[in-house]
Amino acid sequence: MDAIFLQILNGLDKGGAYALIALGLTLVFGTLGVVNFAHGAIFMMGAFCAVTVEKILTLSVRVKDESVTFFDAYKETPYLEVWFGDTGAAIIDWSVPLSIILAIPVMLLIGIVMERSLIRYFYKRPHADQILVTFGLAIVLQELVKAFFGANPIPQGAPDVVAGSAAIGAVFGLGEAVVYPWWRLIYLAFSLVTIGLVFSFLHFTTYGMVVRAGMADRETVELLGINIERRFTIVFGMAAVVAGLAGVMYTPVLPPDYHLGMDFLVLSFVVVVVGGMGSLPGAVLAGFLLGILQSFSSMTEVKDIFPGIDQVIIYLVAVVILLTRPRGLMGRRGVMES
Amino acid sequence: MSDTKKILNVSRRTVLKGSAATTGAAIIGGTFPMHFIKDAHAQTFRGDPGNSSSVKLGFNVPQSGPYADEGADELRAYQLAVKHLNGEGDGGMMNTIKPLNLKGNGILGKKVEFVTGDTQTKSDAARASAKRMIEKDNVAMITGGSSSGVAVAVQGLCQEMGVIFMAGLTHSNDTTGKDKKRYGFRHFFNAYMSGQAIAPVLLDEYGAERRAYHLTADYTWGWTQEESIKAATENIGWETVNTVRTPVGAGDFSQYITPVLNSGADVLILNHYGKDMVNSLTQAVQFGLRDKQVNGKNFEIVVPLYSRLMAQGAGDAAKGILGTTNWHWSLQDEGSQAFVKSFGQEYGFPPSQAAHTCYVQTLLYANACEMAGTFAPWEVIKQLEGFEFDGAGNGPTLYRAADHQCFKDVLVVRGKQNPQSNFDLLEVVKEVPRSQVEYPADMFGGELGPYKV
Repeated sequence: MDAIFLQILNGLDKGGAYALIALGLTLVFGTLGVVNFAHGAIFMMGAFCAVTVEKILTLSVRVKDESVTFFDAYKETPYLEVWFGDTGAAIIDWSVPLSIILAIPVMLLIGIVMERSLIRYFYKRPHADQILVTFGLAIVLQELVKAFFGANPIPQGAPDVVAGSAAIGAVFGLGEAVVYPWWRLIYLAFSLVTIGLVFSFLHFTTYGMVVRAGMADRETVELLGINIERRFTIVFGMAAVVAGLAGVMYTPVLPPDYHLGMDFLVLSFVVVVVGGMGSLPGAVLAGFLLGILQSFSSMTEVKDIFPGIDQVIIYLVAVVILLTRPRGLMGRRGVMES
Repeated sequence: MSDTKKILNVSRRTVLKGSAATTGAAIIGGTFPMHFIKDAHAQTFRGDPGNSSSVKLGFNVPQSGPYADEGADELRAYQLAVKHLNGEGDGGMMNTIKPLNLKGNGILGKKVEFVTGDTQTKSDAARASAKRMIEKDNVAMITGGSSSGVAVAVQGLCQEMGVIFMAGLTHSNDTTGKDKKRYGFRHFFNAYMSGQAIAPVLLDEYGAERRAYHLTADYTWGWTQEESIKAATENIGWETVNTVRTPVGAGDFSQYITPVLNSGADVLILNHYGKDMVNSLTQAVQFGLRDKQVNGKNFEIVVPLYSRLMAQGAGDAAKGILGTTNWHWSLQDEGSQAFVKSFGQEYGFPPSQAAHTCYVQTLLYANACEMAGTFAPWEVIKQLEGFEFDGAGNGPTLYRAADHQCFKDVLVVRGKQNPQSNFDLLEVVKEVPRSQVEYPADMFGGELGPYKV
């Protein structure tokens, strides 16, 4: 029972990350009709916003270690700690949540610049062209990050108060031994809130309503005199912010490196396809579903019966779903079929 | 046609017989010019620099992909080795390795040059770049790499093509075990040695009553490390609760870590390397494993194969964690100091264990050529086989002839609690003597194969 409970939590947590990336992907596809393979790279750039903030906050006074003779080794003390003592240390401790403040405008800007300077020229081109150009862009972005930050993962700590584990078992009557990291619980809550915000924006604001109308019938909306293209550009920026924030918040779970985006990209596409191309609820549902299935298939009890199932489960499920429901779980007729 | 034959009255066989007799007589009679006889034992071979004034070596390292930083460090070490071989710089370990026939005038008087390839830490890419360097650049030797999968693949290719492979960082028992090759040599230690070295330290630190849970990277290196560490820890009385294989590059290991919480295990052994290790260790610590008390003892995590670059990636999570390494820059012996000095002055930071093994491998190959008096690989191999030396950083070392594995002291290290500087991440807990990690050459099976291919 404990094991199943923990695996559900793992699945939800993983699913949260998949859903956030897939949400942006499908939003861009639904509005602009672009298959954006650079979306994983945007997730990675978000993570590196956190790294950048941490690097800035920990700019340090360097005192040479005289015991080392053949090269210069330094003991580093951040300026913030020198100047502000414990307050400075606390600011550094909270660097990941603080990064969100930087990540929102930066990711919005990156998204808009990307769309205006490159992606918009590929709206009317075949999907194969779009995939090629966005994949190329992803490689350029990750190589840039590698050139600046190196190939090694860069650890990012969660704030001390939430760095440990929560005795969540006691809350659910499962005993003291069932614990789960605070930060992962925060990540789950964060992903649910973000998904909620995106849906609310699309469903309960006029702006969102126009965007949805544009997704359904772009020509009519344009005939009504609405500049739908500008709104779609903003939507692209929003998708970048969602992916970027998902990246920022994920850094304490997975020390980021330049390849982080590619690791998530393929899985996120599977999530989008399983959910149904262009369907936002489908992307979220498929994200959580595949996350949970991946967690359960990794249990020893399951692996004893089906060896190696954890490595193929996602693709197996994708095959089964596409065979039985070719448009995905919640795909609509006509999307990607014209 | 038949007319011509009749007139000359010779057949191909007669010509062959005649020329063989003439050559034989000439050699016996000593009438043949010496330059025909010199190099006569060296039949043509790949990578032969011939009359050229230089010889080329092929450095096949990961320049892209997850081990690019480690690959960059390997390349730095190779460039330093080339410099020292050509008589530039302070000579580094050329002044400390004994015996050594190198004079600082290249190899056999030929200036050392090099070409590089990118393994991408993928077997097929590594083989393709090694093949290119052999066929297009005519390299005399291939070296480098940061993965056992790659090392085994490239080593197999080098055996087929008759070019010596001096392995870089590869820790699987298979490299010099079931997949060993006559043309392949490994200076780096292996999983079995890690197990033998770390087990007594684990016994001292954590006691004999322990229950271990293994998470293992699902490929050749992970499998052999799991097998070796499991055997070594069971030998000191530990019980193995479970061994679970994890896909390489899993990223999030939570689904593999949560079952550990209630498994009754009080030690988690991570048979992971590189990014996998950074991720699994960070996440295991987040799940509170190190704060846990199980069976009345503190829960412990062990990382059998450690490196400074990884400790850097794992940050605070690596503090206090035990593991083993091939070498560390803080060693105080003459050879290590000479190398750290050269490397540090050249690049401004200390070398990694990958850099160390690559540097030593290059000097050892060059020295074997000098000893053989030729670049002919079968002669160089004979010099490397059974070669005993000292002054390269791990005490007296033997390149065992039967499996081409180097035997030397192994380091048990621990992630440092209070680093003095940005490079001070590991502390050496124990230098385990070579005698404690030796094993019979036939233990892991395999055949070396022929000298001439």
